Amino acid sequence: MTASPTTGQSERLLIIAPGRSERNYWLDLWAYRELLAILAWRDLAVRYKQTFIGVAWSVVRPLLTLVIFTILFSRVAKLPSVGTTPYPVMVLAGLLPWTLFSSILNEAANSLITNANLIGKVYFPRLIIPTATTAVAFVDFLIAFVILLALMLWFGFAPDWRIALLPAFVLLGILTALGPALIMTTMNVKYRDFRYVLPFVMQFGLYVSPVGFSSAVIPDAWRLLYSFNPVVGVIDGFRWCVLGGQAPFYWQSFTIAIVETIVFLWIGVRYFRSAERTFADLI
Amino acid sequence: MSSDVAIRAEGLGKKYLIGHETESYTALRDVVSRRARRFGRSVIDMARGRPNVAGDHVEEFWALDHVDFEIARGDVVGIIGRNGAGKSTLLKVLSRITEPSSGRLEIRGRVASLLEVGTGFHPELTGRENIYLNGAILGMSRGEIKRKFDDIVAFAEVDRFLDTPVKRYSSGMYVRLAFSVAAHLEPEILVVDEVLAVGDAEFQKKCLGKMGEVAGQGRTVLFVSHNMGAVRQLCTRGILLAKGKVIADTDADSAIALYSSTVQEAYGISFEARPDKPSITAIRIDEVALRHGSLHVEIDFTAPGPLEIPIGGLVLRSVSGEAVWGSNGRFHQRSGGDGVATGTLICEARDLPIARGQYLVSVWLGDWYEDHDGRLDVLSIQFGDDRVDPLRPPASVIGHVEWPATWSDAQRGPTSKEDNAFTPSA
Repeated sequence: MTASPTTGQSERLLIIAPGRSERNYWLDLWAYRELLAILAWRDLAVRYKQTFIGVAWSVVRPLLTLVIFTILFSRVAKLPSVGTTPYPVMVLAGLLPWTLFSSILNEAANSLITNANLIGKVYFPRLIIPTATTAVAFVDFLIAFVILLALMLWFGFAPDWRIALLPAFVLLGILTALGPALIMTTMNVKYRDFRYVLPFVMQFGLYVSPVGFSSAVIPDAWRLLYSFNPVVGVIDGFRWCVLGGQAPFYWQSFTIAIVETIVFLWIGVRYFRSAERTFADLI
Repeated sequence: MSSDVAIRAEGLGKKYLIGHETESYTALRDVVSRRARRFGRSVIDMARGRPNVAGDHVEEFWALDHVDFEIARGDVVGIIGRNGAGKSTLLKVLSRITEPSSGRLEIRGRVASLLEVGTGFHPELTGRENIYLNGAILGMSRGEIKRKFDDIVAFAEVDRFLDTPVKRYSSGMYVRLAFSVAAHLEPEILVVDEVLAVGDAEFQKKCLGKMGEVAGQGRTVLFVSHNMGAVRQLCTRGILLAKGKVIADTDADSAIALYSSTVQEAYGISFEARPDKPSITAIRIDEVALRHGSLHVEIDFTAPGPLEIPIGGLVLRSVSGEAVWGSNGRFHQRSGGDGVATGTLICEARDLPIARGQYLVSVWLGDWYEDHDGRLDVLSIQFGDDRVDPLRPPASVIGHVEWPATWSDAQRGPTSKEDNAFTPSA
């Protein structure tokens, strides 16, 4: 055989051999970008098909949590807000990134299992599936963001220039969730029991993260340790953007969040990729 | 690799791990110790990052074993073999769904694979939306789908229901739409699994026509089917697989002939029951009755729960793949056996008017509403005696129905010499 992999033809030569799928992967991922868009669109379309329920759900859920958290943490526990920020605004500014994080993690972690029929029948870079699920979480986030704006208007609370930096923190929130999500979804395929672990972790996380309260209430001695939860950095940054300087910017939690996001993404992608080629056999 | 080779496989292998249960449960102590051992093993597997396999001991199973072949551009190749021969695994490896465990595969050109009709169809979405979704899943670009949209709709004959969610489609409409999207793929290499087995006869014919068209345009097609008639009609080449190995790689007719001869005559077979769904556990055919032109088939089944109305189905196919005769309890007379989880269904047909010869038997098990298990072409039987009648043309020429006729002379009238009353007097 004369080895001439690309003889300048328009057709490409594809070689399939054990361990070979490493190559061309990122190129393939780019080639399949339309599928990514259409799967994201599918999830959205199905979610909002019965439009009223779909949208209503993404409004009711944060509102109810908001009311409960405000009563619980502000009235019952008597925790302080940050600066002069109305407590509900501060809670919602933390609830938004938390919900973004947790719904990406939830949706993505189960995504391979719910799309098992696709995985067994067609080829595409599997990374598309968990990634596409972020779209639904993002749209839910946008809806909740409108509620936040309405709430700020209601309290007559104006943001300042810092809100322009918000998209960067939204992106950080998405990426922070994606790394662990890739690990979870891979685990879910290999060991089905894992799907019972995640809801527990998420419930725990909601109270560990500064959602219902400001991270300023954490004693200084514990701050460093507390910041190792990457969501702390995301929520802190989010509040800093939205609350117009009322919430301080914590460099520590921000730096830790970025480093952890990168590390988790790297581990997540590697782990996902190493297991990916056997998904069809396991699922 | 010369440029007119579309696919080349060298020593291709695919290994699966399968688990076995070695002991039967005897005492609680055994069960507990066994569970503990198993748990220990899963923990070790998990720590090593290996997948868990159920069962007490794990065995390697090569679904494909050193498969070599070369397919030229424009070849239309039928891949045939019995259930479990490795056909579907081969297609999965070719379509990159799963990675081979050994060997090497070179593919030149864009591959589209159709392993199932309507992959990714979402019931809540409309016909229009599903065309875009399914098209993208099969690898078409948005522009391509847009361009072919009208053709797809026309071919599927669903234009009135385009904006209806497909969950409201009849199963026929669903299959038509799904196949239609796939039929408009234009890859250089098309890989098709047994998808023609669905849909009504009319539509199947249309699909075969469409596939023939695709093949006629110089595209490379790999086609897996149990329908030897379709393979014969479409394919120029046949690859016969058995137990994961290539047995023959030749022209379609020879491969089919070889396949038919490797299907050994057998009058009984048994299967492992699946724990999760009703399954056929054994099939027995009365050989003596067969010799006398009658069919007596017993189908043992077992189900996880009682079957409200167990239904058996049976089809006889000629060795060239056409269905000759079939029956099931939904449309033929049926009695007894309702509400049991384990039992035997008996199919009895006296004096079947079909020609003597070899037939393949397929058996299904279901309840009133759906089929649960099916065994395609599992037994090869000799119907009638195997006496050779030198005057009789083969069934492929005169058909499979055997019904006596009489021949006479118009001058002499039918049969009888004495019957002169009707002949005009000279």
